[in-house]
Amino acid sequence: MAELFKVLVVDDEPGMRSGVARILNDCCINLPEMKTDVRFTVSEAESAEQGIELIESQKPDILLLDHKLPGMTGLELLIKLTEKKIDILTVMMTAYASLETAVEATKNGAYDFLAKPFSPAELKHLMRKGSSRILYKRQARSLAEEKKKVRFEFISVLAHELKSPLAAIQGYLNIIHERILGNDLEVYDTMIERSLVRLEGMKKLIFDLLDMTRIESEQRKREFANINICEHAKKAIETSALAAKERDITINFNGPDNVAMNGDVLEIDIILNNLISNAIKYNKDNGKVDVDISSNDNFVIIKVSDTGIGMKDDEMKKLFRDFVRIKNEQTRNILGSGLGLSTVNKLVQIYEGKVSVQSEFSKGTCFTVELLKNSHQNLKEESELPANKIMAKTE
Amino acid sequence: MTVLKKVLVVDDDPDILDQVELVLKAGGYDVSPANSAADAEEFLNCTQPDLAIVDLMMEQADSGFILCYQIKKLYPNVPIIMLTAVRAATGLDFDGKTAEAKSWVKADCILDKPVRPEEILNTVRKLLGA
Ligand SMILES: Nc1ncnc2c1ncn2[C@@H]1O[C@H](COP(=O)(O)OP(=O)(O)OP(=O)(O)O)[C@@H](O)[C@H]1O
Ligand SMILES: [Mg+2]
Repeated sequence: MAELFKVLVVDDEPGMRSGVARILNDCCINLPEMKTDVRFTVSEAESAEQGIELIESQKPDILLLDHKLPGMTGLELLIKLTEKKIDILTVMMTAYASLETAVEATKNGAYDFLAKPFSPAELKHLMRKGSSRILYKRQARSLAEEKKKVRFEFISVLAHELKSPLAAIQGYLNIIHERILGNDLEVYDTMIERSLVRLEGMKKLIFDLLDMTRIESEQRKREFANINICEHAKKAIETSALAAKERDITINFNGPDNVAMNGDVLEIDIILNNLISNAIKYNKDNGKVDVDISSNDNFVIIKVSDTGIGMKDDEMKKLFRDFVRIKNEQTRNILGSGLGLSTVNKLVQIYEGKVSVQSEFSKGTCFTVELLKNSHQNLKEESELPANKIMAKTE
Repeated sequence: MTVLKKVLVVDDDPDILDQVELVLKAGGYDVSPANSAADAEEFLNCTQPDLAIVDLMMEQADSGFILCYQIKKLYPNVPIIMLTAVRAATGLDFDGKTAEAKSWVKADCILDKPVRPEEILNTVRKLLGA
């Protein structure tokens, strides 16, 4: 990749201008840290006044500015640029390499200083520094924009997820309030029940959201211990037993008595509970759920498979994103916030593991999670965390 | 006896669907509920309703818009009411009134959720000219 930077030289000495132009037009700077080469195209101005015109029309990336000019001085030009809110990387060049002018120039936004006379090497060195600075700034800006976008998307989806149940409940209350079906209270019973169900769903969403935020914000102190994940799997099965029994779903545990790993109990439980509760929620009556635990040298492998409603290929792709729920005939009366799997995915990343899904529509689904047995005891660097780490910290 | 006017209602929220159906039935309409855009399309292929009420955000954020287009293509004269809960949340601002909005929102009228029985019935009556 190569970047082409526009450079403007403002100097009243023609020799100076052409010298700089000659050096820069032929030079190519390699910036390995930015994975790019940088080249320059140079234009020239012989006064500050002409310089301003060119800055406005050509929008150069870098300005090489002489201080002592006829008419407006370089420093005055610099101040004008600040007033006009034009952000351009400026290097002051002057024969009077006095500390005073240097300080004054940097105060007014100049990036650096070049004392005349300077060698081609000095010029190139400064251009290298300046270019890498420009590229770094651009990168930071696009990162910040990306963050803002993710945050906005998250909040609009969240708002929608919260407004839907509110609208449903308000709708029922309006109907009851206006006695659309007459004065007999009993005819409104199902509406009241449905309203309670939707409220319950909202409450769950808020709690799930708090759980997820806590994981992402690192507010909770993670407590690592040597645990037997088989025990936790059995406990999670126990937790879901009632829901399973209501629909005659059998859950089997398959695995050894003990598979040891280093982990935070709460996080491991969240993973197991989410997978198992999904396997029951999205199962059929009289269905089956298998929870397999195994391990190899470095990883613990959790497999949760069911004989449930399954998914279509295109539906599986988005599964691990926040709030994603599959909407169809079979799922339409199942409550959920669509945060379960995205939370699982975030935790799996923290354990340097993998999660994958296989599914056949109306036959069944199998989720496989691999967790590093001895993952870092500390959360990874911020930059490596999922991009939507946004609820916790506002920039 | 007069033939009841046929209203197609499309919403993927089962509660909203029930509510609109109930209100319209109480108002004397023949209601066909559909819980997805696909469901609605199937219905539209064999039946022309007198009016359609469509939720904006279904499977995709813009499912409602697309469905509106399809309805207008099949039956240009069938009036459409779009229901939405997203206007305030997203800062999306359209009411189908300005010329620009009219050109891309194919609905004749846009109503905010939650459903207010009177408002729905009034709007339906107005659009059906009865
Ligand atoms: N075992 C499964 N079989 C079929 N579909 C599944 C299974 N597990 C998840 N899904 C689908 O993936 C979607 C996302 O699951 P996820 O656990 O993230 O959310 P949820 O179960 O809807 O809500 P909750 O946040 O309460 O867990 C579900 O809505 C469901 O459609
Ligand atoms: Mg779930």
